Amino acid sequence: MSNTTTNYIGKPASRVDGRAKVTGEAKYAAEFPAPGLTYGVVVSSAVAKGTITKIDTAAALSLPGVLQVFTHQNRPGLAWFDKKYQDEDAPPGTPFRPLYDEKILFSQQPIALVVADNFEVARYAASLVEITYETEPHITSIKNRLHEAYTPKEYKSAEPSPRGDAEKGLAQAEITHEAEYSHPSEHHNPMEMHASTVVLAEDGTLTVYDKTQGVQNSQNYITQVFGLAKEQVQVISPFVGGAFGSGLRPQYQLFLAVMAALELKRSVRVVLTRQQMFSFGHRPATIQHLVLGSTSQGALTAVVHEGFAETSRFEDYTENLVNWSAMLYKCDNVQLAHKLIQMDAYTPLDMRAPGGVTGLYALECAMDELAYKLDKDPLELRLTNYTNIDLSKDNPFSSKELKACYQQGAEKFGWAKRNPQPRSMREGKTLIGYGLATGAWEVNQQKSSAKAVLSPDGQLKVTSATADIGTGTYTIMTQIAAETLGLPLANVTFKLGDTALPQAPLQGGSWTAASVGSAVKAACEGIQEKLLAHIRNLKEGPLAGVQKLEEVLFADGKIILKSNPAQHMLLPEVMRLAGENFIEATVTTKPELRQKKYSMFSHSAVFVEVLVDEDFGTIRVTRVVSAIAGGRIINPKTARSQILGGIVWGMGMALEEESVMDQPYGRFINHDLAEYHVPVNADIHDLEVIFVEEDDDIVNPLGVKGLGEIGIVGTAAAIANAVYHATGKRVRDLPITLDKLM
Amino acid sequence: MQKTAEKENLEKASVALPPTHTVTLKVNNTEKQLQLAPWVSLLDALREYLGLTGTKKGCDHGQCGACTVLVNGRRINSCLTLAIMEEGNDITTIEGLAKGDALHPMQEAFIQHDAYQCGYCTPGQICSAVGLLSEGKAKNEHDIKELMSGNICRCGAYTNIVAAVQDVMQQKGDPANE
Amino acid sequence: MNSFTYFRAHEVAAALTEKATAPQAKFIAGGTNLTDLMKVNVEQPHHLIDIRRLPLNKIEETEENGLRLGALVTNADTAYHPLVESRYPLLAKAILAGASAQLRNMATNGGNPLQRTRCYYFYDTATACNKREPGSGCSALNGYNRIHAILGTSEHCIAVHPSDMAVALTALDAKVNVTGPQGERVIPFPEFHRLPGDTPNIDTNLSPDEIITAIDLPTKGFAENNAYLKLRDRTSYAFALVSVAAALELEGNIIKEARIALGGVAHKPWRKPEAEAQLVGKEANPENFAQVAETLLAGAQGFGHNNFKIELAKRAIVRALLQAAKMEEIS
Repeated sequence: MSNTTTNYIGKPASRVDGRAKVTGEAKYAAEFPAPGLTYGVVVSSAVAKGTITKIDTAAALSLPGVLQVFTHQNRPGLAWFDKKYQDEDAPPGTPFRPLYDEKILFSQQPIALVVADNFEVARYAASLVEITYETEPHITSIKNRLHEAYTPKEYKSAEPSPRGDAEKGLAQAEITHEAEYSHPSEHHNPMEMHASTVVLAEDGTLTVYDKTQGVQNSQNYITQVFGLAKEQVQVISPFVGGAFGSGLRPQYQLFLAVMAALELKRSVRVVLTRQQMFSFGHRPATIQHLVLGSTSQGALTAVVHEGFAETSRFEDYTENLVNWSAMLYKCDNVQLAHKLIQMDAYTPLDMRAPGGVTGLYALECAMDELAYKLDKDPLELRLTNYTNIDLSKDNPFSSKELKACYQQGAEKFGWAKRNPQPRSMREGKTLIGYGLATGAWEVNQQKSSAKAVLSPDGQLKVTSATADIGTGTYTIMTQIAAETLGLPLANVTFKLGDTALPQAPLQGGSWTAASVGSAVKAACEGIQEKLLAHIRNLKEGPLAGVQKLEEVLFADGKIILKSNPAQHMLLPEVMRLAGENFIEATVTTKPELRQKKYSMFSHSAVFVEVLVDEDFGTIRVTRVVSAIAGGRIINPKTARSQILGGIVWGMGMALEEESVMDQPYGRFINHDLAEYHVPVNADIHDLEVIFVEEDDDIVNPLGVKGLGEIGIVGTAAAIANAVYHATGKRVRDLPITLDKLM
Repeated sequence: MQKTAEKENLEKASVALPPTHTVTLKVNNTEKQLQLAPWVSLLDALREYLGLTGTKKGCDHGQCGACTVLVNGRRINSCLTLAIMEEGNDITTIEGLAKGDALHPMQEAFIQHDAYQCGYCTPGQICSAVGLLSEGKAKNEHDIKELMSGNICRCGAYTNIVAAVQDVMQQKGDPANE
Repeated sequence: MNSFTYFRAHEVAAALTEKATAPQAKFIAGGTNLTDLMKVNVEQPHHLIDIRRLPLNKIEETEENGLRLGALVTNADTAYHPLVESRYPLLAKAILAGASAQLRNMATNGGNPLQRTRCYYFYDTATACNKREPGSGCSALNGYNRIHAILGTSEHCIAVHPSDMAVALTALDAKVNVTGPQGERVIPFPEFHRLPGDTPNIDTNLSPDEIITAIDLPTKGFAENNAYLKLRDRTSYAFALVSVAAALELEGNIIKEARIALGGVAHKPWRKPEAEAQLVGKEANPENFAQVAETLLAGAQGFGHNNFKIELAKRAIVRALLQAAKMEEIS
């Protein structure tokens, strides 16, 4: 019965939290009040490496209103072992411990926290803390250091696994392409700066409002580091002002705020400055070496992809950088390497489509270059090497509608109008270029729990400790729950971001819709079962005699007899007859075993038009068509927004974003939003999103693949390829700023 | 050995708190009296002293627009003005745009067009868009984009933000849509 | 931000008297730059004199048939003023190319030319900077100097002035009216800003105890043939890598007068009278414009990351002049 009023999955819905967001009622981590709240301001290291020889806090402490200046010298005793500091997303190594000792490991390292009665006093006092350092030479670049690269002991995702014999494949090749691609470090820079408000109750328990992509991760970190029981710490995060990965690990403001609250027995708020947003995890700079070999017809005979990425001195951060080159195309001979180079900087951190956006940038630019060498349309080259099997694992794909992406995207974009010759399309001094690239992102489902509670008034409350960092989680979970129980959207509320709620994974990796969505669906099916149990006991009435769920339909606020839709009952009626005040179900879902036989990916084909000023090298991305194969789309409205955002991120990566490391100081020097450029409204022109039909009953019960990352993957490469097509100049070092085209 | 440079400018003798002033701020048509030191920005006064946290701090340096409010009908960055300097002015924040339960048309349009994701830049975007409309300088889509460029949306909701602004302009019969 | 006291002046005389009693005090009006710099402890005034409510908030025609822009009129009100739009469109374009709508609603005509450089090192107190802390050194010389100056630099400072408005005012030969304890005086705009020399900490020739009361625009506004071309790293809300204010007086295709000022290339808006003279009597064409670009950039020196600015500036000059001559469309 597709014409019921409560079919929500697949239909556009406005965000259920929209009103809160447009009225300012939505509260973020730094916005929760507390009686007697104090304010902490962080003092950051001016140097990149060395030792603090002296900290003079006398002037700061002399200011009326200053409660304490915490430094490594007076901090409380803390957990000793590394593993206590290892959060869910920690790479192997020794996690950074704030105020641990006098050692400086990176520029802008937090070295003191000033706490005062109000923000202004704390800020002033922070400027009065006098620090003397003994500096040591630092290294903050990976350039010219490839010989120092090492293979980490452990990879976060699958270890790069070669196949065949790339050397042989290259020897067979009639055409080869070899080049080096690079991009700088980038910072997430969510609009909301990292903040924690720690509210201390009279009984000593803590309520922590934290900017995080996983409240339970923050809770675990606090309990382990400070030796507290879980009952003593509740972490709440109903709204997150963007994160893009920056909230995957507890950041140091959380540590500092909790420490100060416990020590001072006061409620404390610590908010980082925008400058300090450049002091922790970031997308690592990489240098990638690509070699492609093919027959004269364009069939790949060898792919070599070696990535070199920055990491810190204390943790081995890896992301899935090179494995894409083993799964995306048909090729028997693949050689991969992913090595690390240490710098005196903070450990990198997952940032939107970590590894995918950077590894595929290199591969997809290399494919473009190969296409020119072959004198073959870049789209044709991709089709020539299309594969329905993930050759890196010898698994079939659970679904792969990439061909449809190519076809629908190309048609919408008008790819056929492209003159294959570089620098052949122009209007006056404006060079016009078309470029395309493929994107892919691995689909994951994580263990998740959700609870559903149905009240006699027909209201349904569903909860899970997941997050909504702007992804639309509130809305799609509400849709899933409402449809499953056939209730109007308005009757359903979904609550998240609270450690008191059932366990959920970190919000990352595009897996929330699949993971938490499956749990929400299962919890609501649990309610169905319980209602059915009561219906089975009914001796009379419209549903008397019903024994199985298959006999009824939950729709339009009712339980309807399929064999005679005129026979139905309202959900509360069943509850009333059963004498139940509420019905609840808590369910934990996990990926099904049969998934292991498949490779599960979302895919995209991105088509881009750029206009380049011939004299100045200024680039305008005038059109983007992003065709997405992302499984079932729960809410086309918020889904489109996710992809639009991904495209904008891809534009930033291709053309603007760069955390510039000043080498003499070992410090990211453009540490503000005036000089770290992210796209503004005027940068954005015609963006079009296509969701191709993709049925997948393997990935998860909902058939969803997640959309947080796939929108950015492919975009930067497509832009770089379009810029080459426009100008005939290949820039292999992002971002493509005007000086590189002059 | 290196000394932090910022200390050397300081006159140590002057380490003291500034005197406070009684400052009357007219926010969303209500007069609020506060005892404020001059170093309190309008943004911090709203968020930390008046509990009006709808106005957001995104950079605190005039580089993002999240703190946009309307002062005497004009959009400004509240992080770059001192609260004491705004005495006597009409300050409108996101909390003051709706009339009771009825949302401002711009707020409605943002919901309709999904002109946000995380929502953190949203109050600033909406106040800025309301300011843009009353300025009356945006004649076409290009102008809207240019004149909304002082509001960064890291989620990248720009396409929908422009659609929302155009929608409200159309309702008002503004020519900027043609 | 350090501790400071606050005084609100309602009359110019009161502001000057207050300043006399507290010589270290700073004037604040729009606040867009001073507040920003105070938050990063680059500016640490102990007393602020709020001059925003001084009666310097009008735009009026002068007796010489020019326009007087009150120092406290906002940049936005100036750019959108009908007389500015019609008679000095170059100024309107330059103002609107800068900052954001919100900032233009706050920033004032007196404050805009007084904004300080956006050099990373000037802003970061963890680094050496002769402008912020004389004698500490210039970190940009051997650091990341992509946004830095190529003309008029010194071994002490290679910062650029960030204003767009000032570039147009330089081209238009505006005059800065100031008042101070010594009375009133007028500073021609091209002489308002200084080159860094060995005192990069001093940006302008305004004495610290003087207040800008107005900026006068001369009769001639070049309303017919002008262009403001700004090249930057994103389409809007970014400082100029290179900008050009170009104005021409044409008779047919022959140049009677030319004005060219560059932004983003020096410690002050860059203008060279001999370059402009070179165009007088010549035909408006790309070849002549290219020659004048060479003259303007004569002696330009890059510091590594900013070498590209030299060629970029030359091409921008040609384009801006072509646009001013209406030989090329403005995209």
